[in-house]
Amino acid sequence: MSQNLNMPPWVVWTLVALLFGFILFGILTVKRSNGIKRSFFASPYTLWMVLFTIVPCLLIAYYSFTDPNGAFTLDNFKNFWDSNYSVNQLYAQMGPEYSVLIQRGTVNIDILVYSLWMALLCTGICLALGYPAAYFMADRQIKIGSTLVVLFIIPMWMNFLLRTVAWMTLLEDQGLINTLLKFLGFHSAQLMYNDGAVLLGMVYNFLPFMVFPIYTSLTKMDSRLLEAAQDLGANHFHTFWRVTMPLSIPGVISGITMVFMPSVTTFFIPRILGGGNTMMFGDLIENRFLTEGNWNVGSALSLIMMILILISLSILRKADPEGEGGGIV
Amino acid sequence: MKKLAKRSYLALMLLFLYTPIAVLILQSFNAGKSRAKWEGLSLHWYAELFRDQAIMKALYVTLTIAVIAAAAATVLGTLAAIGIHAMRKRPQAVMMTMTNLPMTMPDIVTGISLMILFTFSKIERGYVTMLLAHITFNTPYVILSVLPKLKQMNKHTYEAALDLGASPSYALLHVILPEISPGVITGLLLAFTLSLDDFVISYFTTSPMVQNLSTLIYSKARIGIEPTLNALSALMFLALLALLLVVNRRASKTAKA
Repeated sequence: MSQNLNMPPWVVWTLVALLFGFILFGILTVKRSNGIKRSFFASPYTLWMVLFTIVPCLLIAYYSFTDPNGAFTLDNFKNFWDSNYSVNQLYAQMGPEYSVLIQRGTVNIDILVYSLWMALLCTGICLALGYPAAYFMADRQIKIGSTLVVLFIIPMWMNFLLRTVAWMTLLEDQGLINTLLKFLGFHSAQLMYNDGAVLLGMVYNFLPFMVFPIYTSLTKMDSRLLEAAQDLGANHFHTFWRVTMPLSIPGVISGITMVFMPSVTTFFIPRILGGGNTMMFGDLIENRFLTEGNWNVGSALSLIMMILILISLSILRKADPEGEGGGIV
Repeated sequence: MKKLAKRSYLALMLLFLYTPIAVLILQSFNAGKSRAKWEGLSLHWYAELFRDQAIMKALYVTLTIAVIAAAAATVLGTLAAIGIHAMRKRPQAVMMTMTNLPMTMPDIVTGISLMILFTFSKIERGYVTMLLAHITFNTPYVILSVLPKLKQMNKHTYEAALDLGASPSYALLHVILPEISPGVITGLLLAFTLSLDDFVISYFTTSPMVQNLSTLIYSKARIGIEPTLNALSALMFLALLALLLVVNRRASKTAKA
């Protein structure tokens, strides 16, 4: 890997020093932990996180509030609300006769709304498909429940890019579904490069994240509650609606969180299955950074996305204050 | 009748989950390059796969990074969890917020923030930066799988060990560590799989010269899928199944013991 190590020597030395520091620290703390408080064990981690999480976040904040020259500005955020902002400023400077040319650009907002809408649809579909699946899996009548859980996990462990690419083979013009359609005497259809394909890819990738939390909360439920409800005269529907359903809410909330968050920010699926016709917020950020190289606007977009995520998380937390909904782990 | 309906629903869901994978695996044995036509059974693409230098290099990068990152994150995270557990309430809350922050942050923001950090400090992106990024996103997961075990532990056992004359380091190694080891192993496995599967963060923290499997697949998928990728997915799927079987056997063995 020597050819990849062409970085300034001070960086290499710092890394080496850090590594040795950690090892020395580990030996010292374990050997003489009499003298050292146990809470001190967390200090390498604290240092690491400050260096690789807090500082990068501060850098994003720094870039989003400055212009390319490093001066403070709010233009990056104004550019978010009006993607023509910089152009409009120019027209405004050129004089009143050019003011007719000023038009508000809504590209960024449109993409944000589109992303939220797609994520919402994906979450809804995952919930509609996943809840019954989790419910049936948790059913004691089906004895192979735990095997089914493993069967649901296996595809999730496969590289998600390969999983998405796999759908390409099915949906392509020359793909399996179209071949089948032609064989049956139908016309082939354009299945790829539209919203439906993107949505399908998202649902396919995120469905297990919905199933597991719900399954966990359902299996944790005390089965005597169901018997009690039925003894007290509730029918199947009532038992489900008044007992099972409310008790599974923490799992549902956790599932919604785990599907909604990655759906809003996904940028691979729309590019592969949407063929670049559709852009989501994640694509927009990636585009600003890597294609346009505009770090300031890109940082502002990242900051906006983070704030949106934090807001939606706090809303979801409010719905499940104890955070009972188990994750997949 | 009802039972049948439930079962067929679950069967449909599994069909949905497995059809693309099954098609990929079938295609990998197809002699021709076309996806629409079946031109006979062959192992041609498997031979091609092992001859493909780019894929082999990416596999090497993926595996070494996953192993090193998982090991480093496990050490860092386990130490941190023991430390956090021993803290008083307020510093503990601060540490937990710091641990939860990268988990709530979208991957793309984590990746970009690290990319900014590396570029800002004039570090060229490549193998080392990808490794640093992987350790960073793995560690919180290790902490969150070790902490519950520490909380479940009877805190008097540690004190009892000290009262019986064990030094703190002895008590740490022989009392605390065995108690939390299931959490440590869970964290290690979790970190390993997360690292194997990661695309977004790797994409932003590496250069096109050093690719892991995910970024390689990404760059290839934009041009068009090569059948070698099908062979690769089939092999990865098999490896995964084998790993899962081993883990399962281990779990059932420890359950019996």
